[in-house]
Amino acid sequence: MSVADIAFYAFALTTVAGGLFTVLSRNPVHSVLWLILAFLSSAGLFVLLGAEFIAMLLMIVYVGAVAVLFLFVVMMLDIDFAALKAEMARYMPLALLIGVIILIQLAMAYGAWHTSDGFQTRLAAPIDGSVENTAALGLLIYDKYLILFQLAGLILLVAMIGAIVLTLRHRQNIKRQDILAQMFRDPAKAMELKDVKPGQGL
Amino acid sequence: MVDFFTTTNLGILLLTLGQCLLVLVPLLVALAFLMYADRKVWAAVQMRKGPNIVGAFGLLQSFADFIKYIVKEVVVPAGADKFVFFLAPMISFVTAVVAWAVIPFNEGWVLADVNVAILYVFAISSLEVYGVVMGGWASNSKYPFLGSLRSAAQMISYEVSIGLIIIGVIISTGSMNFGDIVAAQDGMGILSWYFLPHFPMLFLFFISALAETNRPPFDLPEAESELVAGYQVEYSSTPFLLFMIGELTAVVLMCALVSLLFLGGWLSPVEFLPDGILWMIIKMVFCFFIFAMVKAITPRYRYDQLMRLGWKVFLPMSLGWVVLVSFLAKFEVLGGFWARWTIGG
Repeated sequence: MSVADIAFYAFALTTVAGGLFTVLSRNPVHSVLWLILAFLSSAGLFVLLGAEFIAMLLMIVYVGAVAVLFLFVVMMLDIDFAALKAEMARYMPLALLIGVIILIQLAMAYGAWHTSDGFQTRLAAPIDGSVENTAALGLLIYDKYLILFQLAGLILLVAMIGAIVLTLRHRQNIKRQDILAQMFRDPAKAMELKDVKPGQGL
Repeated sequence: MVDFFTTTNLGILLLTLGQCLLVLVPLLVALAFLMYADRKVWAAVQMRKGPNIVGAFGLLQSFADFIKYIVKEVVVPAGADKFVFFLAPMISFVTAVVAWAVIPFNEGWVLADVNVAILYVFAISSLEVYGVVMGGWASNSKYPFLGSLRSAAQMISYEVSIGLIIIGVIISTGSMNFGDIVAAQDGMGILSWYFLPHFPMLFLFFISALAETNRPPFDLPEAESELVAGYQVEYSSTPFLLFMIGELTAVVLMCALVSLLFLGGWLSPVEFLPDGILWMIIKMVFCFFIFAMVKAITPRYRYDQLMRLGWKVFLPMSLGWVVLVSFLAKFEVLGGFWARWTIGG
């Protein structure tokens, strides 16, 4: 077993364990922490595949931003554990049914799967050593699929504007600080200097 | 003997371990003296003497503090989530230290020479917020919780502008490797360092770094006048020490980043002097001196002002700068001043 194999099993085990305890853990904050562990280990798996750029993006976007917001929300929420448990018991049969159906479907799909000859050799990740994968990814999304990439960006922009329009409220009767107005105030108009003589006062 | 260290698994493991210690031990020793320097600068600005009892000129003060922290009793608050409570300072310390794996100190003097080094540092520094948030939550107390909420919002806000500023540097270099970034600043000594073409961004990066590492004037997570000590209130002894070391290591890491990205890393400012690790250390110490001075002379920001500065001033400015630099690099304005790959940088 090489070092890479050991690293793979370590990351794979922690990913699965992280995912499992995300579901099983009683405390929602612990769930989020396990989820973060799962994210981190899958970033490790990406590194092993030779996709270091995607691994770093996974860490920056999911662990650095999304999971922090999750943690934020879960920490602030006042969650009633008893009600949550009761809810879980009610939906358990339905959830089990759906799980079993998905398992059967996967089994059927995998049973009908025919592999061609020599597939073992093609299982390895196609790593082209001559191009850095950051550059390769850049060429793909900014050259080859530029229009599609820009369109995806536009769709996200529309969604963002929609969310802002839906939630933005302009409240009229509150005081706001106008920093520019404060900075450009004329000192001569704002205050008056007086020379106070000792013992006399104003 | 050489074969043993370069071919066998055990040899490579031992070699890597040795290299890690070679970075870690000088770093931690340097931290002790930087801590002392920080307090001395602070004291000098306020016309005090600062630490001056332990050792000559108080040089050993940090080591005395170190022993004091270790031998004190660990107090765990009632109702604290014990596991997370002790995990938090460890995360804080570990994330601050592992980022140094990709920081080069001289040409080729780096533990892991990876292609996405700068993204790695960015990813690791975005993990630092977890130490603070988990510490604040696990203490099960009001002040730490408020401090950690503040800190999470603050660190996320300023990470955005740090990321955009870094993108400008990456565009100018065409690589995310620190070695390439420094090599691109070689040429005419001090004139070809990135602080000239990316002039306003040096200041934005520095101020964002202050906010990212919770240093004054942005130390709202531990604002002692309102929150006692923020997320650190319930910590004592070694866990507290780990938080302190983590925080200071993050500051020194930011100093290293400023030196590498904007001040030419290990390059000499003038042509006739050789490049070397000494320049890197001088630049880092200079940056740390500025960090210490800022701590001494600025009043603390109010929280809404901090958020306004991050989202309404720094974010538009750094985003606009990315667009501007893209154009300047694409059309090779000033003979490749912003596009170093065109002039053999």
